[in-house]
Amino acid sequence: MSVTVRIPTQLRTLTGGAGEVHLDGATVGDVLNALDSAHAGMSERLFDADGGIRRFVNVFLADEDVRFLQGLDTPVVDGQTISVVPAVAGG
Amino acid sequence: MEHVTGLRCRECARTYPAEALHVCDFCFGPLEVAYDYEAIAASTSRQTIAEGPSTIWRYAALLPVHDPSPIDLGTGCTPLVRADRLAAELGLGELWIKNDTANPTGSFKDRVVSVALTKARQLGFKVAACASTGNLANSVAAHAARAGMTSVVFIPHDLETAKIVTTAVYGGNLVAVEGNYDDVNRLCAELASEHPSWAFVNINIRTYYAEGSKTLAFEVAEQLGWRLPDHVVVPIASGSQLTKIRKGFDELHTVGLIDEAPHVRVSGAQAAGCSPVATAFAEGSDVIRPVKPDTVAKSLAIGNPADGWYALDAIRSTGGGCGSVTDDEIRDGIRLLARTEGIFAETAGGVTIATLAKLAADGTVRRDERVVAYVTGHGLKTVDALAASVGPTATIAPTMEAFASAVDLGSDLDVRADQDRSDR
Repeated sequence: MSVTVRIPTQLRTLTGGAGEVHLDGATVGDVLNALDSAHAGMSERLFDADGGIRRFVNVFLADEDVRFLQGLDTPVVDGQTISVVPAVAGG
Repeated sequence: MEHVTGLRCRECARTYPAEALHVCDFCFGPLEVAYDYEAIAASTSRQTIAEGPSTIWRYAALLPVHDPSPIDLGTGCTPLVRADRLAAELGLGELWIKNDTANPTGSFKDRVVSVALTKARQLGFKVAACASTGNLANSVAAHAARAGMTSVVFIPHDLETAKIVTTAVYGGNLVAVEGNYDDVNRLCAELASEHPSWAFVNINIRTYYAEGSKTLAFEVAEQLGWRLPDHVVVPIASGSQLTKIRKGFDELHTVGLIDEAPHVRVSGAQAAGCSPVATAFAEGSDVIRPVKPDTVAKSLAIGNPADGWYALDAIRSTGGGCGSVTDDEIRDGIRLLARTEGIFAETAGGVTIATLAKLAADGTVRRDERVVAYVTGHGLKTVDALAASVGPTATIAPTMEAFASAVDLGSDLDVRADQDRSDR
């Protein structure tokens, strides 16, 4: 499956400034691993020591928080968009 | 006068310059403003604060931006009122209400926005933006208007009518998003990456914005005669306000304005329809699981609270509690506060009062404590929530007879207090 991953400002130093990258994978976790293979250093920024998504990182598949889906195991379909978004304060 | 030394990641302690940055580039942890507390202590006293303006800017030494003419509508120094009648109902002793409904746009958000936009202007921003559950929208639109900045405000499309009107009236851009607040927030976080020239007060300016809530602690201490409460009850949406109130009490001691180390117990209040922090507290868990909000308290309807973990930590480490209340309890809380103290709070204030009642009943908030409950938004913003439960006592023809037959106020109402005394 080919999906688009939207990259937040904080990680664009790793993508040469690109705000979007296109990657393949069967699940959200697959795609994020492919992101690390394509742009080294991503994994240590996105994942904690236990391999989970860091507390202050939100990952959305088609605009839905993957924590409401199946987390990193959520399957992706061709053409979907994954967004990596830092947590922000409320109001 | 400005005592900021930079920004520091709360998680991994990496340091950054005092620019428009809000999360750590490395671990995505929130950035905190770092201050030179020795310099603040040397230049700040109860006297210098007393000589300052009757606004939040009297505490400028402990705020992250100094500007001789900040973007200000007259925010802060709101009433701290002794609430004996409410205390009697709840079986409490010394109870105070911090009535932050009295701010210029009717909520505590004026505190954070005044700080955020003053800093944004100093950093050169000309556009003020935010994602909001309503109160922040009001405040950003108003402060941007006063400062001559363009505003771009994003809200969930189903907000209370009053909060839409009280934002739109200021004439900026108001974008209603078909989704809940967490959807709006996600959209704005992505937009913030594409529009780095916009000052999103709760995103790229968040580090400064959040500091404004410390003034809720500073004011309470000063209004109590430079004493601290034993226990505070604070509503939780993102968790930022509760976390910063605690920080504010700590800082007063750090800079020598309060002699004794603070032992303020901090308790949190959430709506049952959006209670990720209260749930984690009840379960003894460190994990805040996001929820899909469904509550009448829309200003607290943040299902994925960014500072929820810090709020939980503040509650646990100070020995506080955290409760959640149903929509009916929220309405009852609003009416209880109005009936006993003459203060009309929005739904978030109903959450605070109803939770205070629960925590008093279960012994978490004690009769021997000096308690402050933070009521942070005005009831006129959420009248819809009460429209079905309050109304006229009677609707009558304009005649004496109609009044007499429709309204029985009880005979004691015809006796004035002074007559009472002379009869004795």
